[in-house]
Amino acid sequence: MSNMTVSVSPHIKDKTSTKSIMRDVIIALTPALIASVLIFGMRALLVTAVCVAFSVGSEWAFEKIVKKPNTIGDLSAAVTGALLAFNLPVGIPLWQAAFGSIVAIVVVKQLFGGLGQNFANPAITARIVMLLAFSSTMTTWVFPGLVSSATPDALSGATPLVILKGETSAALPSIRDMLLGVHGGCLGETSAIALVAGGIYLLVRRVISWHTPVAFIGTVFLFTLILGEQPVYQLLSGGLLLGAIFMATDYSTTPSTNWGRIIFGVGCGLITVLIRVWGNYPEGVSFSILLMNILTPYISKLTAKKPLGGAEV
Amino acid sequence: MPHWKNTAGDKPEKMPTPAVVTIPMSMHIGAPAKPVVKAGDEVKVGQLIAEAGGFVSSPIYSGVSGKVKKIDDMLNSAGQRVPAVTIETDGKQELFEGIAPPKVTNLQEFLDAVKNSGVVGLGGAGFPTAVKLTVKDLSMIEAVIINGAECEPFITSDTRTMIDDADLVWQGIELLQKYLKVKRVIIGIEDNKPQCIGNFRKMCKPGCGVEVSALPAIYPQGGEKVLIYHTIGRIVPEGKLPIDVGAIVINCTTLAAVAKYIQTGIPLYEKCVTVDGSAVKKPKNVIAPIGTPLKDVFEFCGGFSSEPKKVLYGGPMMGIAVPDLEQPILKNTNAILAFNEKDAELPKETACIRCGRCIAHCPLNLAPVNIETAFRLKDAASLDILKVNLCMECGCCAFVCPANRPLVQVNKLSKAMLRNYQNEQKALEEKQKAKEKAKKEGSK
Repeated sequence: MSNMTVSVSPHIKDKTSTKSIMRDVIIALTPALIASVLIFGMRALLVTAVCVAFSVGSEWAFEKIVKKPNTIGDLSAAVTGALLAFNLPVGIPLWQAAFGSIVAIVVVKQLFGGLGQNFANPAITARIVMLLAFSSTMTTWVFPGLVSSATPDALSGATPLVILKGETSAALPSIRDMLLGVHGGCLGETSAIALVAGGIYLLVRRVISWHTPVAFIGTVFLFTLILGEQPVYQLLSGGLLLGAIFMATDYSTTPSTNWGRIIFGVGCGLITVLIRVWGNYPEGVSFSILLMNILTPYISKLTAKKPLGGAEV
Repeated sequence: MPHWKNTAGDKPEKMPTPAVVTIPMSMHIGAPAKPVVKAGDEVKVGQLIAEAGGFVSSPIYSGVSGKVKKIDDMLNSAGQRVPAVTIETDGKQELFEGIAPPKVTNLQEFLDAVKNSGVVGLGGAGFPTAVKLTVKDLSMIEAVIINGAECEPFITSDTRTMIDDADLVWQGIELLQKYLKVKRVIIGIEDNKPQCIGNFRKMCKPGCGVEVSALPAIYPQGGEKVLIYHTIGRIVPEGKLPIDVGAIVINCTTLAAVAKYIQTGIPLYEKCVTVDGSAVKKPKNVIAPIGTPLKDVFEFCGGFSSEPKKVLYGGPMMGIAVPDLEQPILKNTNAILAFNEKDAELPKETACIRCGRCIAHCPLNLAPVNIETAFRLKDAASLDILKVNLCMECGCCAFVCPANRPLVQVNKLSKAMLRNYQNEQKALEEKQKAKEKAKKEGSK
């Protein structure tokens, strides 16, 4: 019996793996993807496919070049690609979407050491890079069409946030349209129902905890309520739900303690409202998450649990 | 975490006497026992074969009758060479004539009896029970906690003790009340063992000073510090013992073994072990003499349904993997598990994704992810701040890690790294002091 394995305990392991977590995130993003295709047409699927393909492809190529083990099997690059696509207007030129994906994976993720080592959310950071680089195409909103409209109609498309800011005379969409997502915006961010369904799935599967999304969304709601800024519309517009549920819960770029997650969420909420109400940009979710990403190590340190039986740290 | 208490309903079966037993002299924490028999000696069941090798040590008795074949070094599961007594059995299983209940009328006689019983921490730690019960000042003991949590998956031997030998456990409690003047006794049992809880609740009369605490069945409920926290709400500080917060924790089977010796004079020489795992044909609870080779015990359970690729002493969370099936049943063996190829497969380690699951699941609020980082950076000072020494190696962090990081292994190595660092610091300080002293004297 010399061929028995001798290893350190524990000898059993639960079934969760990095891959299963990422697979769950992809499943949770599916309702929003379906909604985006229904609202914005087949081009939404095309943009998502391009982003996923270039994210996965650039991760593969980068690891090949620097002779690191191939990690595209863990599906994290696919998640980044999908999240970036969800943050883009449906009419974005495909080469720009591809460029953004490469920035996300190579610059923001791999150059910092790959999965788990990056301090900033790759999809968010790439979106901000694109917003600055391609400000015109990144803010050209197409009016929600029907499934048949394969060529996006870029005539009209003020987002609710632009309308809220009073920069256009267009009327706000109805609450029903806000919930379903039939209004202008990035392709994956408009359907509140689809995003919340995905969030509930992630909570049930224990992939994310409720702390950050509740703190983030709750802060935006309360703060805009106090300011008299139509809190319900604020909550349903822009990238708030997408950001709070899928981006502010990214593991490596957010705190790992529950109190830390609450502080992170509150911070994101405050910055978002500050930018939305007083800033130059109509939307602040991306900036708020990126800024809080930078504070994450300090929040983690501040909220570290006190070891049971340990003296004062 | 699943409980897999498959054998909880199986009354332990006594296995046939093995042909040969190998009894290591080191089955406890402390000095090895010193053999008092030599090759060629005839021994009987319950006869002393080795006396305690010091205060922190324990005597060893034979569980078989037969002839001592040799006293030789054997390689134990930790890869250390330890002396062991090998006995060829004669199958008669004659009881040693000298067995009689010890005279116990006061504390000292009680402690002596506990020592002579050969009982050590049977929950797995193997710490000599007499040493644990030797308390400087009896008034320090505020509560004795009887550990019947049995939180490890698969293992049901303590469950069987609490069902089949509840009377012995109770007699043990009465002994503690009588001689250690214990005012409060708490029997801590996980709530997945309602029969055991019910049994003891029935035995508790008002004013008897004993209470049963039904604990949530969440691993590692039976960890000493965890149990103390969840029963009396005290926190054992780093480097301190339970007695420093007024508590003594004693495993239910350990206590039953002590009571058995004091009632009958029968010392600890056989063990009830749970035999289970995916490679075992007929999982059950088996009573085997200490020293029985594992292969004989598995044989008694119908052998293997598939080739065992990993065999453990103890449960799957903290158990020790053994290198071969010649290893014997030890005093503190409460289960032996054999797993097939699929279950023995080591998961592939991937990059940490900083999900925080290890932090969320650590029962002692440690941050394994940060300890791992500090370890890889060889940052011993941070290991101290992160309190790695508190870690009881329960394995929760590694169990939940989606990246399959070897967190328990890292914690073990981190403790060694911290110990070296602290020794170096101490040496450095002393050198500094000596230097200053020399300087002072020089300037005089």
